[in-house]
Amino acid sequence: MRAMSPIPSIKPAPRLEARGITKRFGALAANEAIDFAVEPGEIHALLGENGAGKSTLVKILYGLLQADEGEMLWNGRETRIASPRAARALGIGMVFQHFSLFEAMSVLENVALGLDRPGPGLAERVRDVSRTYSLPLDPDRMVSTLSIGERQRIEIVRCLLQSPRLLILDEPTSVLTPQEADALFGTLRLLAADGCAILYISHKLDEIRALCDRATILRGGKVVGRCVPAETPVRQMAQMMIGSGLRDAVAKTTRPAGAVRLKVQGLDLPPATLHGTALRDIGFELRAGEILGIAGVAGNGQGELQQALSGERPVRQADAVMIDAVPAGDRDAAWRRRRGLCCVPEERNGHAAVPEFSLIDNAFLTAHDRADLVSRGLVRRDRARALTRRIIADCDVRAAGPDAAAATLSGGNLQKFILGRELAQDPAVLVVAQPTWGVDTNAAAAIHQALVGLAEAGGAVVVISQDLDELLMLSDRIAVLQGGTLSATLPTDGLSSEHLGLLMGGAGAAAAP
Amino acid sequence: MRILVEPRRQPSRRLWTLTPILALVLTMAIATALFAALGYDAADSFMAFFVSPLTDLTGLTELAVKGAPLLMIAAGLAMAFRAGVSNIGAEGQLIMGAVAGGGVALAFWEQSGPWILPLMALAGIGGGMAWAAIPAFLRVRFAVSEILTSLMLTYVADLFLNLLVYGPWRDPDGMNFPQSRLFNDDETLGILVDGTRLHTGTLVALVLALAVWVVMTRSLLGFRIRTVGASAAAARYAGFGNDRVIWFTLLASGGLAGLAGLFEVAGPIGQIIPQITPGYGFTAIIVAFLGRLHPLGIVPAALVVALSYIGGENAQVLVGLPKAVTGVVQGLLLFILLASDFLVRYRLRLARRAGAAA
Repeated sequence: MRAMSPIPSIKPAPRLEARGITKRFGALAANEAIDFAVEPGEIHALLGENGAGKSTLVKILYGLLQADEGEMLWNGRETRIASPRAARALGIGMVFQHFSLFEAMSVLENVALGLDRPGPGLAERVRDVSRTYSLPLDPDRMVSTLSIGERQRIEIVRCLLQSPRLLILDEPTSVLTPQEADALFGTLRLLAADGCAILYISHKLDEIRALCDRATILRGGKVVGRCVPAETPVRQMAQMMIGSGLRDAVAKTTRPAGAVRLKVQGLDLPPATLHGTALRDIGFELRAGEILGIAGVAGNGQGELQQALSGERPVRQADAVMIDAVPAGDRDAAWRRRRGLCCVPEERNGHAAVPEFSLIDNAFLTAHDRADLVSRGLVRRDRARALTRRIIADCDVRAAGPDAAAATLSGGNLQKFILGRELAQDPAVLVVAQPTWGVDTNAAAAIHQALVGLAEAGGAVVVISQDLDELLMLSDRIAVLQGGTLSATLPTDGLSSEHLGLLMGGAGAAAAP
Repeated sequence: MRILVEPRRQPSRRLWTLTPILALVLTMAIATALFAALGYDAADSFMAFFVSPLTDLTGLTELAVKGAPLLMIAAGLAMAFRAGVSNIGAEGQLIMGAVAGGGVALAFWEQSGPWILPLMALAGIGGGMAWAAIPAFLRVRFAVSEILTSLMLTYVADLFLNLLVYGPWRDPDGMNFPQSRLFNDDETLGILVDGTRLHTGTLVALVLALAVWVVMTRSLLGFRIRTVGASAAAARYAGFGNDRVIWFTLLASGGLAGLAGLFEVAGPIGQIIPQITPGYGFTAIIVAFLGRLHPLGIVPAALVVALSYIGGENAQVLVGLPKAVTGVVQGLLLFILLASDFLVRYRLRLARRAGAAA
């Protein structure tokens, strides 16, 4: 038997190879000597906590930032990606976690604006792509009327229209049902089979195991590991990603249910916008110590339900919403908060917080009443500052300080701050929407822990989420919001995500076990 | 080569506060160049317009007299603008304040007593508020743009004033001139410095600007106003009553404009005439933005803009410059301020046409 030839087998060059990529911001090295390669037809995972340097790396790959050191090879040839336009010209497509869409324009107009050469027959091509890849999208709808999940589809379709050779996706499944996520995975596998390289950024380790061929793990701006996810235990990947001190997910314990704290009955709400979802005859009861999960696909009335419960959109019938048996349906958010109903809406910037305000002002925003920050109409600034410091310390918020603007915080840190602010008000009822969207594993675990802690202390929690794993883990009972109506609540024990997925898809009868 | 406009990552805070000064210097330079291009001696016109009003007591007190209404109106407008409420109709609210407060003076012209002036002031505030209540109602109830309604109501107010002065309020002993009776001593503001027109209203204006400062920076109300302007959704989430803030800021800015109008007729003018304002209500918009919508920034801004009024008159008398230069200088100032604001937030970059080669 002859020895193998020392000449390596002729293998196609990687689609994209990064060598020694380093990027510094002042003293901080966001990326340090990063090497990795994505092959054609490969789905490659990029794993890492918030602040691990994933975003910086991805921005360099897409031409939004320039590396200080290192080189990049595209199909084996050295290249410089000077701008996103240059990246697109090479064949790199990117689906961002934060969308860049014009709210006052239609889906089609937004797609056209994102393309360097829109060309004729675009509406038809959009319909084709969205049909082929199971991404339902009406080209004529206004973006302002779309949910976050639907908005994400625009971004994906926009990329696919350009037949990318490398597609980068940042946390793409956080707003999809399991069935939708499966459909997306189907899409991605099809694309990969066509020879497209895919760089997939996610915190969901199960998902990465199911989908990705290889993974590169970043921590503190450096590559700390590489693995084949299908052959690596989840816990080991998490350990690499987080280093020491991995938090265990909250274990569900049974809590004794107390008195009814929130009662909703016959709640109707017209849609806020032309294409919004009307709420019809919503009803449920929530007892002290309970966590109720509201599942559903984006755009089925989640935003409306959150606003109806928080008091941002009061209704006529006072008894549609009862807080501790006091009618509150016709009261505004400030009144309901005084009665102990606090809320964390889905959008952090521009809804739960004012981006250009300092953290002190953002703490004051909702906490001023229950945390006693106003005296005779004047702001008690010392108390507001002290409260802000406490929230930052207690919730491990990474921020430059209490005077930092909310906009300077990362999504996960701002979310921890906002949740900390609401918890600091000792709520009787807490309504949270998408609590861990775009938040890293450790922060998500901390947030889950905090919600369970509140329930254990006798609070009642409503979690509106599209993340079924989260709901199954946290909730005592789950109801599904579909087309503006709420199903009966089902005890979580014995519920499967498949069963819920069918309810979310509107197949209520077919889903009966 | 082409020019790209890019947003700056972190607009400089220091530049943001310095640009008004930069805009002022540039305005002076361009205005002087303009005077020279018109054929006037550059040095003489510069001195007459920008310097000589500041060199004697009369000039300085006139600065305060003209600055007071600008200050009061701009303080109110700054609150409205901070809330995202574009009250463009302060001129009309000023006129209606003068009409309402002056109406009280005319009604009691034979009476005397220290109660008349406060009553006039209250009526002045009420007149301005009532006029601002119309756009507030239309905005809150029917979502009608207050920019249009408040502006258009200005012309209605002006015509209403004319109707009164040419009609029922004309002085019966006034040789048929379109003027009301002169207000009596109890109906006019006291003079602070003998031989000048410096009246007690200027002090009131200063105190009110300080009050607005306290409200905007220290109170829950001011926080509500800033939140509604920064993010309507966040304000609704906090339960700040966006409609109430719209009502409040329109009524407050209208009331302050109305009081400014009353101070004009009860102060320097002393009666009601068809022309009670040289556009204070509009010019105060410049003052508000020049002062960065900050109640304390508005104080120097009001004096600067007041200088353009006095300087304009001075330059007409001393150098013979046309009357229109006042408006030209005010327009230049606003234009340059907005342009430099743009450059604080964005930067221009020259780029090669090819973009980035692969």
